[in-house]
Amino acid sequence: MSILVGEKTRVIVQGITGRDGSFHSKAMLDYGTKVVAGATPGKGGTECVGVPVFDSVHEARKATGANTSVAYVPAGFAADAVLEAFDAGIELVVCITEGIPTSEVIRIYGKMKALGVRMIGPNCPGVISPGKCKVGIMPGHIHSPGNIGVVSRSGTLTYEVVNQLTSAGLGQSTCIGIGGDPIIGTNFIDALTLFEADPETKAVVLIGEIGGTDEEEAAEFVKSEISKPVVGFIAGQTAPPGKRMGHAGAIVSGGTGTAREKIDAFKKAGIAVADIPSHISKLVGELIKAA
Amino acid sequence: MNIHEYQAKEIFARYGIPVPSGQVATSAAEAKTIASELGKPVVVKAQVHVGGRGKAGGIKFGTTPAEAEKAASQVLGMRIKGLTVEKVLVTTSIDVATESYLGLVVDRRAKRPVFMASPAGGVDIEEVARTTPEKIFKTHVDPCMGLLPYQSRFLASKLEEDPKLRGQIASIAHKLWQVFWEMDCSLAEINPLVKTKDGQIIALDAKINLDDNALDRHPGLAAMREGESENDRMAREMGLSYVKLDGSIGCCVNGAGLAMATMDLIKHYGSEPANFLDIGGSSSPEKVLTAMRIICSDPGVKAILFNIFGGITRCDDVATGIVAALKEIDVKVPIVIRLTGTNEEKAREILSKANLKTTTLMDEGVRQVLRMAQEGVS
Repeated sequence: MSILVGEKTRVIVQGITGRDGSFHSKAMLDYGTKVVAGATPGKGGTECVGVPVFDSVHEARKATGANTSVAYVPAGFAADAVLEAFDAGIELVVCITEGIPTSEVIRIYGKMKALGVRMIGPNCPGVISPGKCKVGIMPGHIHSPGNIGVVSRSGTLTYEVVNQLTSAGLGQSTCIGIGGDPIIGTNFIDALTLFEADPETKAVVLIGEIGGTDEEEAAEFVKSEISKPVVGFIAGQTAPPGKRMGHAGAIVSGGTGTAREKIDAFKKAGIAVADIPSHISKLVGELIKAA
Repeated sequence: MNIHEYQAKEIFARYGIPVPSGQVATSAAEAKTIASELGKPVVVKAQVHVGGRGKAGGIKFGTTPAEAEKAASQVLGMRIKGLTVEKVLVTTSIDVATESYLGLVVDRRAKRPVFMASPAGGVDIEEVARTTPEKIFKTHVDPCMGLLPYQSRFLASKLEEDPKLRGQIASIAHKLWQVFWEMDCSLAEINPLVKTKDGQIIALDAKINLDDNALDRHPGLAAMREGESENDRMAREMGLSYVKLDGSIGCCVNGAGLAMATMDLIKHYGSEPANFLDIGGSSSPEKVLTAMRIICSDPGVKAILFNIFGGITRCDDVATGIVAALKEIDVKVPIVIRLTGTNEEKAREILSKANLKTTTLMDEGVRQVLRMAQEGVS
């Protein structure tokens, strides 16, 4: 097993004909992901990287029976793309796009909850279950199949950590980049819930950053609901308050959302906190051995 | 993006939220003219993007145009928390009976906007939230429904007894919601909202922060950007995220999380980062060139670290950018390049042709750059 994506995942790529869309569609196909269709308005009937392209997600889904979509669509069109995928009956939409207005994401979130479907992101690298399926932009080769679940608000920092886990012989069940925006479809608690229920996952790595209170809520949740060992890391200890650190969600405002508060919350909840990224794999190894 | 009080008040006025009459001035003479046109005692308020202007002496009163001129000459050019005052807002002075607070922000936990009202106005609302949270009243707004009349009435009821004034406050609350939602604000705040001695409700101050992600669809708001440094402007126009800091290690990283972790690691190993810089995904060589220009313009930088983990960013694009930058810019400090991920072999090829060495591990890259910064060799 694994969570969110696996052997049964059949993917539609929204925006497949763009520079990033086609590049990463090919990378997903090379990894073994079942990319069954692309959707780009006005490009229906064509082919891209060997995949049939449709004008709409509805047509693409009807023709291929896809259950997942991934959106590589410019920010101005991304909210529409996600809502179109929901309307077409897609259960899991991975939204890679960065820069969607928060008000749009708030609307999407409401629709997502009402329909009982799931969005990962926006502004995220996607999800990968190593050896089975990759839906997103992460470099496939750094991952290896195994028992560690990884969930993170960051993209490249996650690659950094995964690369070290793999080098240390610690494979991953699933790695989820939940996204760096202030409002996201799937949060730490959602991911932790899925990892707890997944028999293949033996330990979870949780990579947070400054801004908001998702990590603090996750810490409470770990304390009361999670039986598996959890290792945590928080980025942004040197970030000045009131400044947005790249991610729209990475900002300390009104004295809340600091790295210190999050690290303290993790420690209080019994999460093993790594001081620097390269200590994560060591801590995971120790906890796995002890368990 | 933050806008100034005078700009926020222009928006308020457009939506029918009552604000004191006034205008913005860039010189003391202009302030005098505005004061004499207003024909009443005035307040001269510094327009800077920081709180605590009053305490810093950035708000002064003038009963006559001559006094307004003098006040403006004192406030203009003043430094408040590192920022120079270039504009003042000259408005009629209001006889305040009571002060309260009305504001909207995005509640990240609830994933929808939250409207807050407090009878404890005129002070920092975060301070109120810390010390007397019972004095803050909240209602969440359903984005599909908008602010409903009963919610406006609820908020007004917490600020005022008089039914007529409650009506005025409810109407202001409704308009503030319209500003917040239609303008894609991340914050829209009236602090203080005042009751005047003659029984009027007026927004004495105005604060609006805009969602950077939404500026493309509000060109009028994007044009309100003021007080941006040259480097900030260059970074923004090229799609880079840049924050200037005070340390000596220049950083150029792809991805915000990795960029923060890189800064933290520099600190962990005993130095300080000179900046946060995320070149973002799909990094073109031009982005790298601009990033190098920005970092090299900081005289505090003693060495530069590239930390690239390729995903959507292709390492070869970054390598091409570094080579191009070194041809165009006279880089006087040592550079350490750590890269791995998408197209890393191609990148190493490009860099080795230009006699640039690379490393694959992040810790190693950071330790190397700190060593080189100390030795000052390139």
